[in-house]
Amino acid sequence: MHQSSFKNLLTRPFFPAACFLALLAIPALAQDKPYFVTYSHDLEEPGNLEIETKTNVAQPYGGNRYGATAVELEFGTRAWWTTELYLDGQATANDSTIFTGWRLENRIRPLMRDHAINPVLYIEYENTSGADKTILEFVGHDSQSDLAGPNSELRKDHQHEAELKLILSSNVHDWNISENFISEKDLGHAPWEFGYAVAASRPLRSAESGRECTFCAQKFMAGAEAYGGLGNTWSLTLRDTSHYIAPVLGWQLPKGIRLSFSPGFGLTASSLNHVYRVGLAFEFEQVGNWFKKSSEGGR
Amino acid sequence: MRKLPALFLMLASASLAIAASSTRWAHVPARDHARLNPLANQTDAIPAGKLVYSDHCLQCHKANAMGDGRNRPALRSERIRTASDGDIEWFLRQGDLGHGMPSWSGLPEAQRWQLVAYLRSIQ
Repeated sequence: MHQSSFKNLLTRPFFPAACFLALLAIPALAQDKPYFVTYSHDLEEPGNLEIETKTNVAQPYGGNRYGATAVELEFGTRAWWTTELYLDGQATANDSTIFTGWRLENRIRPLMRDHAINPVLYIEYENTSGADKTILEFVGHDSQSDLAGPNSELRKDHQHEAELKLILSSNVHDWNISENFISEKDLGHAPWEFGYAVAASRPLRSAESGRECTFCAQKFMAGAEAYGGLGNTWSLTLRDTSHYIAPVLGWQLPKGIRLSFSPGFGLTASSLNHVYRVGLAFEFEQVGNWFKKSSEGGR
Repeated sequence: MRKLPALFLMLASASLAIAASSTRWAHVPARDHARLNPLANQTDAIPAGKLVYSDHCLQCHKANAMGDGRNRPALRSERIRTASDGDIEWFLRQGDLGHGMPSWSGLPEAQRWQLVAYLRSIQ
């Protein structure tokens, strides 16, 4: 990777801001799964804010190596409703570091009880450029060639997209099994595109040990996810689609910090050979109360 | 005579509270209601449950488990004392999404039972 590109990334305003917020982190642990593409039915606890960076590093065939990061601000609006804002950027070796857009998503649990299969409805609006390389999902005939061009060319393409997902998720004997059906529509003249993501994971140990620890087995979750495109309404075929399989590992650290890692392996010619993902999350408890307290104190 | 309406109000409130309390657990399926805590006799279940409580429950129900006095209820209460182990574990699994309580079905089952042991210990 071109060193100056990474240096640029580190000097962007959101990185120091994220580090500052990390220093303020107070203990809070979510039951989040270490997936990068697949969603489970876990929502953010109401009133909590989680800030997570999801970074992937890869090199498309015929293109330069890149690192792309999505900064995710996830807020528990209600116990059954989570709202998220994503800010995306990327740095490409021998090219440039650029902001590539934003997304706003909502996840809603329509059923108030826990069932064998729990549905969650996902609605997202994306305002990104063609240079976005965060690859938080694969749909239609998405291919590694989409990631290979120079940033100056890719960013000319502007995408206003709506994305709908049906998330189905189950917890069975400490395993979580999740399936996502993805449909995405460019709000211009483009067809509906479809994709999928499936995942399973479980903690390495089920019970708490009764003493504070950082490296205990119950702090780690392991599993795997698979994701890919399913064509579009103009060409509903698996030809020229990308598919990946990726082991996932999550580590719950003290002070509300969660680290996750996933090496992804491409399964078709359209897929990247390898994609390495790293996630770092901080959870802040009951942020709504911070404002209540300050307004009460101001009276 | 003036005391009669106040007495009536008190009785009505008490009846409503009892009704609400019993209604909470009346929803629990009989199979779940009858379940016993499989970890109740393990010596480290209570300290482990305390850790689970600190990680997941303390932020709303507070360190003394007395809630916030508003919409985050106290967990040292008649409602918990009268519940069976199975009732509490069922409620943790289900949550009460409409009233702000998340579902903790994503927690390993052993940790939910450890939490039940801890909640029992603080009554």
